[in-house]
Amino acid sequence: MSSYLKNVWAGFYTAVKGMMITSRHMFKKSVTIQYPDEKFDLPANARNKLVLDMSRCNACTACAIACPVNCITVEGVRVSPEDPHQEVHADGKPRKVWVTRYEMDLAKCCFCGLCQAACPSDAIKHTQDFEYSAYNKESLYFKYQILTPEQSAEKVRLLAEFKEKEAAAKAAAAEKAATEGKPVAPKKAAPKADEASEQ
Amino acid sequence: MTEIKRYDLEYSQLDSDRMRINVGPQHPSTHGVLRLEVEVDGEIVTEVVPHLGYLHRSFEKHCEKMTFPQIIPYIDRMDYISAMNNEWPYVMALEKMLDVKVPEKVEFIRVIVAELNRLANHQIAVATFGMDAGAFTPFLYYFRDRESIIWILERLSGARLLYNYFRVGGMAADIYPGFKEDCLEVVKKVRKTNEEIMDLLIHNNIFIKRTANVGVLTPEVAINFACSGPVLRGSGVKFDLRKDEPYSVYDRFDFDVPVGVGEVGVVGDCWNRNMVRMKEMEQSCRIIEQALEMMPEEGDVTGGVPRRIKPPKGEMYIRTENPKGELGFYLVTNGTDKPERLKARGPSFVNLSVIPEISKGYMFADLILILGSIDIVLGEVDR
Amino acid sequence: MESTNFIWDLMGKNLWSVVAVISLPLIFVLIYALVAILAELKVSAWIQERLGPMRTGPWGILQPIAEVIKLLQKEDITPTAASKILFNLAPYVIFTGAYAAFAVIPFSEAYAPANINVGLFYIFAVGSFSAIGIVMGGWASNNKYSLMGAMRSVSQVISYEIPAAVAVLAVVVLTSSMNMMEISRMQEGGFWNWYIFGGPGGWTKIFMIPFTLTLAIIYFIASLAETNRLPFDIPEGESELVAGFHTEYSGMKFAMFFFAEYANMFVVAAVVTTIFLGGWTSPFGSFLAGAGWGAFWFILKSMFVVFLQIWIRWTLPRFRVDQLMYIGWKVLLPISLVCFIAISFFSLLNLG
Repeated sequence: MSSYLKNVWAGFYTAVKGMMITSRHMFKKSVTIQYPDEKFDLPANARNKLVLDMSRCNACTACAIACPVNCITVEGVRVSPEDPHQEVHADGKPRKVWVTRYEMDLAKCCFCGLCQAACPSDAIKHTQDFEYSAYNKESLYFKYQILTPEQSAEKVRLLAEFKEKEAAAKAAAAEKAATEGKPVAPKKAAPKADEASEQ
Repeated sequence: MTEIKRYDLEYSQLDSDRMRINVGPQHPSTHGVLRLEVEVDGEIVTEVVPHLGYLHRSFEKHCEKMTFPQIIPYIDRMDYISAMNNEWPYVMALEKMLDVKVPEKVEFIRVIVAELNRLANHQIAVATFGMDAGAFTPFLYYFRDRESIIWILERLSGARLLYNYFRVGGMAADIYPGFKEDCLEVVKKVRKTNEEIMDLLIHNNIFIKRTANVGVLTPEVAINFACSGPVLRGSGVKFDLRKDEPYSVYDRFDFDVPVGVGEVGVVGDCWNRNMVRMKEMEQSCRIIEQALEMMPEEGDVTGGVPRRIKPPKGEMYIRTENPKGELGFYLVTNGTDKPERLKARGPSFVNLSVIPEISKGYMFADLILILGSIDIVLGEVDR
Repeated sequence: MESTNFIWDLMGKNLWSVVAVISLPLIFVLIYALVAILAELKVSAWIQERLGPMRTGPWGILQPIAEVIKLLQKEDITPTAASKILFNLAPYVIFTGAYAAFAVIPFSEAYAPANINVGLFYIFAVGSFSAIGIVMGGWASNNKYSLMGAMRSVSQVISYEIPAAVAVLAVVVLTSSMNMMEISRMQEGGFWNWYIFGGPGGWTKIFMIPFTLTLAIIYFIASLAETNRLPFDIPEGESELVAGFHTEYSGMKFAMFFFAEYANMFVVAAVVTTIFLGGWTSPFGSFLAGAGWGAFWFILKSMFVVFLQIWIRWTLPRFRVDQLMYIGWKVLLPISLVCFIAISFFSLLNLG
């Protein structure tokens, strides 16, 4: 009997105690905020939307290799020394590689930050921007360009031409050497244009 | 007092039909996409068959196609509630294989972030357990506090949940100034809220009535089913890898391994399992305080990370104490930069297997609580 | 006896006045339900240190209207295997039960829709209506969760009606009337005369205070169970039975369940107010008393009881089925019987 009454009292007492605790919270300041109007500050190293700085990118493909989900596609072509359009890279030296294609599929991105760590020139970065949701996946497919497609084709052609010339010069030199009687390994003709673009 | 209300399955002398209910995968309290096929006799559970695989992502096969650093983000996604603790054994296995010496400061940072994450995990575990019992308010109190833990981890690693913070031989980034103060603040907050939750939920008579003497897991059964973590310790077995097989710098800390002692109900019931988590939070707080004290001020955290990770051919099994139990990684390498095989021994998966054993003969509402007290994460069960 | 319905006085007894008398509680229920839904959202938010709904109107006060509009727009699904007639009828049966109880509630000394002599009886009679609606909906849904929820609900409503009835009967012993208007009138003259404090009487009534206080608490707990509120919400126990008996309902039919739940909350709150908290009487004697103030006090007290229900809901965990039965039969019933006998004894001695 006494344990029964004790039990009943404990049930009542603990319930009232719980209600006292919740009543204390009733007058506290709320911890939630009105999201689109107010925002929490994100830390500087927050890993959100990926952004590429094309002026820094060297198309070295380190990010594409580091990415666990293959969401980055990079293609580049070496700058032909005969190209009239030369550019200074962000690090102050003349640009060595044109980035002809840089595509990021942020729908695939897992925000691990490995590309950011792998990038030697600090070109690719996670930013604090996290509000970029979209209605279709295509709008999350980001293509970065500093050259128009025509320009890219031009760069590829220029490099191919340059390589052809170089090869022709080399072949001429080799022929010259051969006529002088030195043994030379048999060499192929000039490389094709599509091989010229570097990965 | 300690009368266990486990109904005899021949309880019903009436000739009644048994009903089969599918609990899940879209049920509010299966903690994800677990499906339980339950056979009930009225309200009494007579059979439980868990069905897995709704969240299967072929983690282990996937890892065979990845380089070693690329696997870490995937390991985060196994047990996404305690990602820091998940990364640790994997990184440790690689460090052992590569024979990399880990700097002192890194070890302490690892201990601190792992314990912070353990706090966050136990908070979610207790909170969702309370929610299964119908108390919604403690859940949000815990989430409020968890936010400050998450905030520290976010400032360290840059992400809120899937940190990718551990590196072989170091960490991805050094601690920020003011880290110690933030951690101490969190420890204070956690203690204060725990005190409140003790009154609001844990010692509430309704909660005790619901959870005590329910889902009793005897130590023998727990050991036979290879349970680990709070589930095993709730049954009174004092086994904690941090104490019994100290890895990293855990042997330098002074902390206890709380076990279920049956203040209310019998040892091994839901209440005691839950209580072990509450006590472990206090121990984690103690470890964090000591680690902050002992952590060297100076030290290179990011420098020791090797550029190319190519462990020699061999195999390695490392296990650590995850908040949910023993997490092990069996790593087989073939000399390339990708693993030959990576087998994960997840605590949730193993602990889940004990559900059919301990939930028979209890009521249907108890089954939900038993499931909640096991504290599973389906991301790790299915992998 | 003076008139207890100002509409009769105003318009006489004709068709229009009857319609007015009937529709006044309905309008009240609709407005009250919106307020109560908002109160539930906001009180839960405050308890949990949240802001709650903030987007609809200033401080989100239009949220319940937005929710009703949302529910109206939703597709009204009837499961293929459901028993169509019963399935569609159930929400209206429940709402009818809740609404019918408003007929005898004395809102003010000048307004009780139907001032009948067995008001308390009537409330218990139509209060059980909800059990029929719940079992109809639960069975007709052809869903195992719904069926289990309905079965639990019926056993719960039936067993909790007994302690509630005993608690009310104890007050009836003191008042020797079942007319709710009369019960209210007896408690006039300040809060000290309320039946939660033993009712009107000399100083000897202090012996009765523990018993009446206990009875008030018992009735309140039992009423929580009758309205399926936490900690007794096992018929719709979210964590085990998904949504209990209304798992399969959507759209407006779900909204009817919703309205009925809140209407029921008000009914039990009104009963608590009438028999224990003095009904429409002012807590300060003749200060702020009168027909208009009566309605104010009545609604204020009832809303306070509703607030208590909400407060409890967001504090406590849920019981299990067998524990619920244990509390109903082995805790509340014996204690209420003891109190009942004690009060009967006191009233026999004319202490009260």
